[in-house]
Amino acid sequence: MERIKIIGAGLAGLSAAIRLAELGIHSTLISIQPSERAQSVMAEGGINAALNTMGEDDSPAQHAADTLKAGVDLADPEAVRGLAEHAPEILNWLVNLGAPLSRKKGVVIQRNFGGQKKKRTAYAQSSTGKVLMTALIDECRKYEASAVVHRLSHHEFLSLSIREGHCEGVWVRDDYNGETFFLSGPVIIACGGLNGFFPGMTTGTTSNTGNAAAQLFSQGVAFANLEFIQYHPTTVKIPEKRMLISEAARGEGGRLFITRDGVPFYFMEEKYPELGNLMPRDVVSREMFNISRETGEQVYLDMRGLSKQIWKEKLEDLRDEIIYYLTIDPAKDPVPVSPGIHYFMGGICVDRSHRTNITHLYAAGECACQYHGANRLGANSTLGAIYGGRVAAETAAAEMPGDFPVAPSEKVIFEESVSALHTHQLRDILREGLGILRNEDEIRQAITHIDEMPVSSNSMEEKRKTFANAILLSALNRRESRGAHTRTDYPQKDDENFRKTTVVRYFNSTIHVHFEPIGREGSHD
Amino acid sequence: MIEILILRRENRNAKPYWQRFTYEPQTSDDTLASVLTALNAREDLQDADGNPAAPIRWECSCLQKKCGACAMVIDGRPRLACGARLSEFKKTIRVEPLRKFPVVADLMVDRSVMFQNLKELQLWFESEANGKDKAMPIAYQSSRCLQCGCCLEVCPNFRPDGKFTGMASAVPMTRVLAQIPDTQKKEMTKAYRLHVYEGCGKSLSCRNICPAGLDIDEILLNSNAIAVWKRFL
Repeated sequence: MERIKIIGAGLAGLSAAIRLAELGIHSTLISIQPSERAQSVMAEGGINAALNTMGEDDSPAQHAADTLKAGVDLADPEAVRGLAEHAPEILNWLVNLGAPLSRKKGVVIQRNFGGQKKKRTAYAQSSTGKVLMTALIDECRKYEASAVVHRLSHHEFLSLSIREGHCEGVWVRDDYNGETFFLSGPVIIACGGLNGFFPGMTTGTTSNTGNAAAQLFSQGVAFANLEFIQYHPTTVKIPEKRMLISEAARGEGGRLFITRDGVPFYFMEEKYPELGNLMPRDVVSREMFNISRETGEQVYLDMRGLSKQIWKEKLEDLRDEIIYYLTIDPAKDPVPVSPGIHYFMGGICVDRSHRTNITHLYAAGECACQYHGANRLGANSTLGAIYGGRVAAETAAAEMPGDFPVAPSEKVIFEESVSALHTHQLRDILREGLGILRNEDEIRQAITHIDEMPVSSNSMEEKRKTFANAILLSALNRRESRGAHTRTDYPQKDDENFRKTTVVRYFNSTIHVHFEPIGREGSHD
Repeated sequence: MIEILILRRENRNAKPYWQRFTYEPQTSDDTLASVLTALNAREDLQDADGNPAAPIRWECSCLQKKCGACAMVIDGRPRLACGARLSEFKKTIRVEPLRKFPVVADLMVDRSVMFQNLKELQLWFESEANGKDKAMPIAYQSSRCLQCGCCLEVCPNFRPDGKFTGMASAVPMTRVLAQIPDTQKKEMTKAYRLHVYEGCGKSLSCRNICPAGLDIDEILLNSNAIAVWKRFL
């Protein structure tokens, strides 16, 4: 039997490989760098599951309801129900794999996180992603030793081979010696978000180029909800990127303020008495953006009220990081923060079983559009990646064909790397059209600017332009405001026309955008 | 203006040579990772003498000391490029690849021996982890190993082909040992004694080298207690 090919070895890819191995199915785990370098290791605040360990009468139904509400009714309720219901079992599995999530008397303890009234976020200081990755890497190693999982680290995804709507396998390149070769079999894409289109503006890994998304789109893979880009409220500029200050800082008592009439004004607490600083991320970022613009004042994160015990037991790593990169001790001084790109709710369009519109092609983790709707809840990304990887694996396993073509019908076009200049030009254009606040004129102008870029002889540069246009056209066509997509020219939510999934596809050399009912099971064609 | 002297090598078999670059720091926070990124972003990269130069090959991912990709030898000391602020250095910075691993090209090395060692040590849980509350702090610390290889670079006892697998395996082993199920105690403690305890010369050269700030003494103390003195948590 062919191995299933998994692109990406972060939480979603590892989860898929482990699940396949448990089912007795062999896989090849392909990643440009080893798992230790994956963006998942940077996840900080935690992982959500209604374990109900804090005496707050929590339940998976409430977890699902909070997820859907934060996603402003754009996530698939059935998919989210599956996520929330499986979360406690996933948490127990992680504990059994030795993930050192904080606990008391043998029970995992949980903290507050944005958009959730119950303490539902399990954590390990603010290095949760790292400890989860270590646990999954060790578990995956067990199957590598028995050759059930075959790792190809330092290998880059180049393209798919697709014949009549069926995925035949992948072309990859060995980054060490430049050799390209074809691997046949079903494919699970788990390659992460779209940071590579926004270099320097995001909190994520710089090894994400965005080329995989551009390539998949050019080959006819449908994408969804690309206009929903999460600006995390509390980020800071460090060399070459933005650094996240975990939502845990606010979950543990951190407060946002500006200076007004010489004294701190805690604007979130004033406007939102119930959740205050822990409103969903889209709301907090928008409020910060607006108040900064109106007053000309810098927003600060005030963590001076946190106890010594909280710093020591829950946020020591975060404090060290802020001291190192900002030379500010957050226990003593407020930290200037502003919103930065953190997560892409949109991505490859998948159904509840994580199928794409191409047969034998699946997607999971941040690269896929699932679970988060118009805005993601903090600590649902780690969960969504692990659960999504597992579901994708189960679907791929169930649909495993008896035999697979060995020779690909599509050849790969080998491209020299995309120039930094091109990437930066495209980023600057996208930034104009896809800010926290958007309007028709700015989005149209960005599209015009892309069209005015000279035609490149490098086909990947052209594919990147096409994909950038697909994001902009998705934002243009959603003429309403919802979650992370705020249109100043359409400030209201419009359920009648837009409580739908934005689907964008490339065929006949043209980008096609349309809206589909939420949560359709089965193929997208 | 600073000078960066980089030990370059086109590929594993090519002859290494030093190449000098100049860079004007943009902010006081600039790190060596900023320099390498900026040099590679130049349209036509030239060395300090104006000769054309190929892009510098190096690995990076998180740029905030969380992933270990950009480990290299900087002024003689192994560390992460994203954690090496220019203001710490004199006018010229010497940059070389880690020397314990085969060079792929320039500053990029093949660290697969570390992962191979962990596989041979059978580092995983065969059954449910026995994670008691008191094991959590050390299990947490040992979960944070970046697998960057800095500790192996300075170790006088580690050789890629040797029996001693170094702190890069001792740290992840500590995570498992701290929560070891009964059925795995015998094998795992034996592996630790054989591949860590008996090979470590206690030179302590790896102390204060770990870019993640792991306390090597504490980790060894815990794992020695468990694997050698059978004081299970």
